[in-house]
Amino acid sequence: MKPKRTHLYSLAAAVAFAVLLGVADATLDAFSLRVLDLCAIYIVLALSLNLVNGFTGLFSLGHAGFMAVGAYTCALLTMTPEQKEMNFFLEPIAPWLAHVTIPFIPALVVAGLVAAALGFVIAAPALRLRDDYLAIATLGFAEIIRVVLTNAQSITNGALGLKGLPKFAGTWEVWGCAALSVAFMVLLTRSAYGRALKAVRDDEIAAGAMGVNVFRTKVVSFTVSSFMAGVGGALLGHLLTTIDPKMFTFMLTFNILLVVVLGGMASITGSVIASIGVTILMEALRFLDGPLDLGVFQLEARPGLRMVVFSALLMAVVLFRQRGLMGSREFSWEMLSRARLPWRKGGPAGTDGGTHGVA
Amino acid sequence: MALLSTERVTMRFGGLTAVSRLDVRIEKDEIVGLIGPNGAGKTTAFNVITGMNTPTEGRVLFAGEDITGMARHQIARRGIARTFQNIRLFKEMSVLENVLVGCHLRLHPNLFEATLHLPGYRRRDAEARAFAMDLLREVGLESNADELATSLPYGKQRRLEIVRALATRPSMLLLDEPAAGMNPHESLELMHFIRRIRDQFGLTILLIEHHMQVVMGVCHRIYVLEYGQTIAQGDPAAIQNDPKVIEAYLGAQ
Repeated sequence: MKPKRTHLYSLAAAVAFAVLLGVADATLDAFSLRVLDLCAIYIVLALSLNLVNGFTGLFSLGHAGFMAVGAYTCALLTMTPEQKEMNFFLEPIAPWLAHVTIPFIPALVVAGLVAAALGFVIAAPALRLRDDYLAIATLGFAEIIRVVLTNAQSITNGALGLKGLPKFAGTWEVWGCAALSVAFMVLLTRSAYGRALKAVRDDEIAAGAMGVNVFRTKVVSFTVSSFMAGVGGALLGHLLTTIDPKMFTFMLTFNILLVVVLGGMASITGSVIASIGVTILMEALRFLDGPLDLGVFQLEARPGLRMVVFSALLMAVVLFRQRGLMGSREFSWEMLSRARLPWRKGGPAGTDGGTHGVA
Repeated sequence: MALLSTERVTMRFGGLTAVSRLDVRIEKDEIVGLIGPNGAGKTTAFNVITGMNTPTEGRVLFAGEDITGMARHQIARRGIARTFQNIRLFKEMSVLENVLVGCHLRLHPNLFEATLHLPGYRRRDAEARAFAMDLLREVGLESNADELATSLPYGKQRRLEIVRALATRPSMLLLDEPAAGMNPHESLELMHFIRRIRDQFGLTILLIEHHMQVVMGVCHRIYVLEYGQTIAQGDPAAIQNDPKVIEAYLGAQ
């Protein structure tokens, strides 16, 4: 049976990847390992943004805000009372928060839920808008969140940020979350609910006339995406072990948007590939920020020069490959067999337009 | 009692009165035409009935229930489906998926059930797929099921839009210029098609059309609009000889 065999392939690939991760976890140095973990976090974040922007067609730019909420929630829930006391030296922490300490995984879930609740509240007014107006409104909300975090001194420690978070986000945790996110997105987009999301994206009026509750569908998509962003933010905080409001500016949203656009709107495969590619490139190009020796002449250090590469990359995509790396296509074993083994007779029995999963 | 009726429905956009005091009564199993020159307010009347616009005044009653001002999906749930003058298919989705979105109402997916592919959802999804494929077979689109909806030729896109509307299992179907862009032969086919789906699915049909051959051939009764006003109504023969209608279409002698 065909589907059984592809499931077997997927399982084998997942096991092989887990083994690879285990080897990497044991052998790589701290820096490479951190880049590897960052890849996983970017997968979570890119998928959550792709859910709203690519699959539901809502141009949202408020992601950094939800990440910030997730990161702070998780950090405050997992830090010990002593760590909190050390951090809050300007103004003591709110008493109701001082003695709360729960394990990492439940804290991660709570972080997602708090971000989702906020996403839900923001969705109601913001989703009455559309296109660029929605983008501006969500961007505004993200800034509001950041400003509130900066000024709620007794809860967030303000601009000082939180330092010395326990480094709970190891390779297994972050890649586990990435795998869950991928699995969730694959199942969602292949289900009837995913069809409703895409229908709303393609034609809101027709979707409504077909009986799809357009507004509710949008709100659900936005809320779920906020949940994932919150979890991603929490993971990021516990990987870097320090967070402050300046981390969560528009630049962070932009980085994720870059991944989504490069990978292809409405492609899970694209988001995964681009997450890994962009994260590695971000670090590999770090030498551009330092002084450059071009042989003929010397360039002094220009921090931020590596971002020029990404700008150029983005322009190249806009000019030559408007739909990104994958467009809206997905990886599938059938696709692989078509591409590699053209001599194999009896074509693959793909039924739903090649939207087969990765994991 | 009429299946669908509008009571003095008036729709104003700023200073423009697109539809004025529209009184339409449609009995079950009827095929009724809505005609009139461009800009007469025909599509606006459709939009009011299907919840795209909330009328400024008046009421819309469907199966005895006041549906004025309801959301689009609520009206669809009550059994009114429609097609659009400028085809509105889901562009990035396959032909089959387009029809499956029409099945959304009967599928009732909730996020968790659908994502986890629970047994109840799986059974309903399989049923919906079988039903959608039956519909596609019915209109000769089954071989295109996996193609992108917008890759279909124009005539097939029109047919797909009707199939998608049928997938919601409506009791009332509103067709907005179904014969637009069709040649006489295709129009003739369309007439047969409309009669066939009416009988097969027990539909009541309201249609906007400019092809007089189609309108006169298929409709039991016709309403004529001009500048938002209803200037005539009656059976095709009466409409063809109505001096007001002739004036609206050809000008005064």
